[in-house]
Amino acid sequence: MKRDRTMACIAVVLIALAVGAPLVPSWVVFIGIISLAKGLVVLGLLVLWRTGLVSFGQSLYYALGAYAVGLAYRHTGLTDAFVAVALAAAVAGVVAFVLGFLLAGYRDLFFAMLSLAFAMILYGVLVKSETLGSTDGFAIPVPTFAGFKPGGADAQGNQIMLFVFTAICTFAACYVAQRYLASTAGHLTTAIRDNEIRVEYLGYSVKRAIHTKYVLAAMFAGIGGALVSMSVGHIDPEMAYWTTAGEFVFVAILSGPASVAAPFVGSILFELTRSYAMEYTPHTWHLVLGAALLIVIMFLPNGLWSLFRKSARAT
Amino acid sequence: MAILDVKGLCKSFGSLVAASDINVSVDSHEVVGIIGANGAGKTTFVNLVTGYLKPTRGSIQFDGRNITRMPPRAIIRAGISRSFQVPQVFGSASIFDNVLIALGIAHDGQFPVWRPLRRADLVSAADQILDRFGIAAHRDDRASQVSQGVRKLMDIAMATVHRPRLLLLDEPTSGVSVEQKFALMDVIMAALRAENITVLFVEHDMDIVARYATRVLAFYDGTIIADGVPQDVIEDPQVRRYIIGEQLRLKAEP
Repeated sequence: MKRDRTMACIAVVLIALAVGAPLVPSWVVFIGIISLAKGLVVLGLLVLWRTGLVSFGQSLYYALGAYAVGLAYRHTGLTDAFVAVALAAAVAGVVAFVLGFLLAGYRDLFFAMLSLAFAMILYGVLVKSETLGSTDGFAIPVPTFAGFKPGGADAQGNQIMLFVFTAICTFAACYVAQRYLASTAGHLTTAIRDNEIRVEYLGYSVKRAIHTKYVLAAMFAGIGGALVSMSVGHIDPEMAYWTTAGEFVFVAILSGPASVAAPFVGSILFELTRSYAMEYTPHTWHLVLGAALLIVIMFLPNGLWSLFRKSARAT
Repeated sequence: MAILDVKGLCKSFGSLVAASDINVSVDSHEVVGIIGANGAGKTTFVNLVTGYLKPTRGSIQFDGRNITRMPPRAIIRAGISRSFQVPQVFGSASIFDNVLIALGIAHDGQFPVWRPLRRADLVSAADQILDRFGIAAHRDDRASQVSQGVRKLMDIAMATVHRPRLLLLDEPTSGVSVEQKFALMDVIMAALRAENITVLFVEHDMDIVARYATRVLAFYDGTIIADGVPQDVIEDPQVRRYIIGEQLRLKAEP
């Protein structure tokens, strides 16, 4: 059997990025954190997408993760990144577990729209709630790491530490996703897309399989939301809005579902493209992003990751 | 000893009665052929026993356990499995992966999220199953691209991974050429005999039924009109009239 080197490659790239972080400008580190954190949300979408399900509502869990961190700080003074990320994953997971009982019974457009509906309900609640900061949201402080703030008052040092932490979270999430996709349940992703009747007649509940994937995807999104909130230092209801959810689907299409590394490559390219487009074409940056997506869909229907596969086949 | 005991089984779809007061008992190691014209209730009976449909009335006991309203996956776990008239496979996966996934579900329990599927014991077991059903040559072919005969064998192979005690085959030779039907049934029955599985198979071809079944159930209008050894059932006047057809029988006579 051919040995899969995906995790080794991810580890090497993440270590290289972490080592290089102090050598690059702070905006690059910031984009790195945002890219990896949003890549986590897209990683969850990848798990669902392989089953033929597209969630237009991952912004629900992204925002839940962020607000879990913010509210924990507000009410308990919690700033520890390890606890915050665990809390965000738990909150997102529990909510997804409850909603999953309903969503696991739906497919295709109904699944997509129902997931979006839940995200928009949260958005409505956040916007209307004064105690949650309403449309302005609220600020959260620089995180600590097991009681330690490596950068002290130096913002750059804290961002670098947060980048290293994000890279560790990314590796852990990739490892979990990779193990899951290589397991029997993981192989059921494409099996369910092909033939649900056969899965049931092999003795496995399709609803349970989808429910599990949905919870896993939500936990990744929750962690992503927590990391972004700690990096930006602010949370607001836009995190739950449909445009945020659409952005994750955009990056998922850009990346392709072939590898657990693909969402991070897609996310980094997306954030860089957006940053440069906003810098050089501030009034038409949406046009640039739309054109980029159009080109990918037309020439790389399996996403950017298919470029890696093509080059691997060529060598 | 009866492994399957069906009593007063009825199924209606509005005013249409698809199964009407079906009573049948099947002993271990029997090979039962189910015959009947289209719409006679054969597939409805298979669907009721395997949980695809819920009966309007009646009971189904498997090995002394009431399975009447269980979902398909619980019935599979109880020891009954089935194949389909149109093979139900994972079209985008290879033949090998189809069987491997089936084995993974059978071996890894209800929460198989961590152990890798491609591990030595399952890979070896999948290859053995492909050998037993004579489809090892198609191991790496995509399921959507092989012949109907290979898909039928694969469908049945996947149905056997749980080591069922009772297997229901819905028209195992449909869509297969006349020349290949007996060869296909030989492979299927040899593989199932090796596993000591009790078999019920739905079939339209009387030559297949006469050759492989030890007992025949004849369905007409949602109920069983004849039950016995193949020769007696095929000679039954009602079966001749409603299922086999007088003209066909007369043609067959010298």
